[in-house]
Amino acid sequence: MSDDNAQRLIASLVPHGARVLDLGCGDGALLALLQRERGCTGYGVELADGNVLQCVQRGVDVIQLNLDEGLSIFDDASFDVVLQIDTLQNLRNAEVMLRETARVGRTGIVAFPNFAHWPNRVRVARGRMPVTRRLPYQWYDTPNIRVGTYKDFEVLARKNQLRVLDAFGLQDGREVRWLPNARASTAVFKFERK
Amino acid sequence: MSFAQPLALRSGAAIADYALAYETYGTLNAERSNAVLVCHALNASHHVAGSYAGQPRSEGWWDNMIGPGKPVDTDRFFVIGINNLGSCFGSTGPMQTDPATGRVYGADFPVVTVEDWVDAQARLLDALGIDALAAVMGGSLGGMQALSWTLQYPERVRHAVVVASAPNLTAENIAFNEVARRAIVTDPEFHGGHFYAHGVLPRRGLRIARMIGHITYLSDDVMNEKFGRELRSAVEGAASDGRYRYSTQEVEFQIESYLRYQGDKFSEYFDANTYLLITRALDYFDPAREHGGNLTAALARASAKFLLVSFSTDWRFAPQRSREIVKALLDNRRNVSYAEIDAPHGHDAFLLDDARYLGVVRAYFERIASEIAP
Repeated sequence: MSDDNAQRLIASLVPHGARVLDLGCGDGALLALLQRERGCTGYGVELADGNVLQCVQRGVDVIQLNLDEGLSIFDDASFDVVLQIDTLQNLRNAEVMLRETARVGRTGIVAFPNFAHWPNRVRVARGRMPVTRRLPYQWYDTPNIRVGTYKDFEVLARKNQLRVLDAFGLQDGREVRWLPNARASTAVFKFERK
Repeated sequence: MSFAQPLALRSGAAIADYALAYETYGTLNAERSNAVLVCHALNASHHVAGSYAGQPRSEGWWDNMIGPGKPVDTDRFFVIGINNLGSCFGSTGPMQTDPATGRVYGADFPVVTVEDWVDAQARLLDALGIDALAAVMGGSLGGMQALSWTLQYPERVRHAVVVASAPNLTAENIAFNEVARRAIVTDPEFHGGHFYAHGVLPRRGLRIARMIGHITYLSDDVMNEKFGRELRSAVEGAASDGRYRYSTQEVEFQIESYLRYQGDKFSEYFDANTYLLITRALDYFDPAREHGGNLTAALARASAKFLLVSFSTDWRFAPQRSREIVKALLDNRRNVSYAEIDAPHGHDAFLLDDARYLGVVRAYFERIASEIAP
């Protein structure tokens, strides 16, 4: 997901000049891109010390917080866009965080590994958990504690009264709009509150 | 630097003919755009960095942070340290003579607030010809001054670096200050704050005040690691076989010895009235007060960009208090970055070497420097 093309694809979903909150912003590269090329403003939220440092070095404002403690520091509808790129699957309370994303932002954009991607299905059919380029971890050391699929997210969005504005898969830096649940290793959803 | 013009104080009083001790490091650039004001906390001074010639162990209190090539790089920034009014390291304070009466101020020194200090600092910057600060920074009570700068003189501050600080003191925190003050005031040698005339010092009170303070600046973990239940006799190598002395008044544990030493040292150089004044300034600071307790409304005036840092084991100025400031800045859509350093050292961490902490401050000051560079 650190792939340049994928990052640009995600960035293209964010309107020019938007006020953005990037949850789990990593080294701040996406926010820096959004500031530089799309005139966006905003903040990243990150837990890891090394990433916080890199954000400051890039000139990206970053708030060091544990997302599992919630987003109470952010006001309702205080951002145009809230990003959760490769973050949701690491959170213990993923559903709460999804609701919080919808509370804080007018629009949410979520990207996460799609466990229904066909190579994963093949591995599970053979009786083993998938270990791929996208999911390079063993079952016992993976940070991806919320294992879900493209289709699963559609169900979760409906359950939480989220209107999906756009959804597609990402594979090798390209959009996958035909059978994304089987053909893409990453699921991308753009949504708003109903 | 001497000031003849009286300074109006928040209490309604005014102070005339006062002096402020200050030090500067580095060079002010031609545009006068690289000035950084460093504000001190309770027991520190204007001597923030460097050592005095021929005086070993005279390093400034923030020497690991400020200096050539350090996170606040004095090869690029012009750093100013000012000893606050009412302190006891060269600026006019309770130990000095009141020109109006010809007597030592003592307990008659007017009560000063964080806001008063900031006003006094601003006047000193005026005299130095500095209109705007590239940054104002401070830790603890110094962080309160940095925050107050952004509210009192928003147009004069481009960046504020607020470390291990709080938007006000909690009841528990005021309580600690009050115990320290009672220790001093009830010392028989305090003489209502006019002990100078009696040729004595309320050392007992100061010692206890310092011991209490010291406990609150450390964390349980770091105290256990440093001292644990170690006996003093074991350290002294006495032939006691690690047996208790079964004494209620002798020093038994290492932690007692440490606290007594810190208390003794402090009571020799710190002024008792200054301790009262500065802890009161801490208690009074509360910028949200005139906004009905609404910190977001209070910080609406600030236009500076902020870096806040807190430390996970700091229970005197807990991370939660820094987050309150962060939230108020977020509500006002101000530029803010916040690092919460997972360090074991309690409140003291803001003065110690921690690569993550110093790294973030360094990166932030590099960003400030890049904004200054033509």
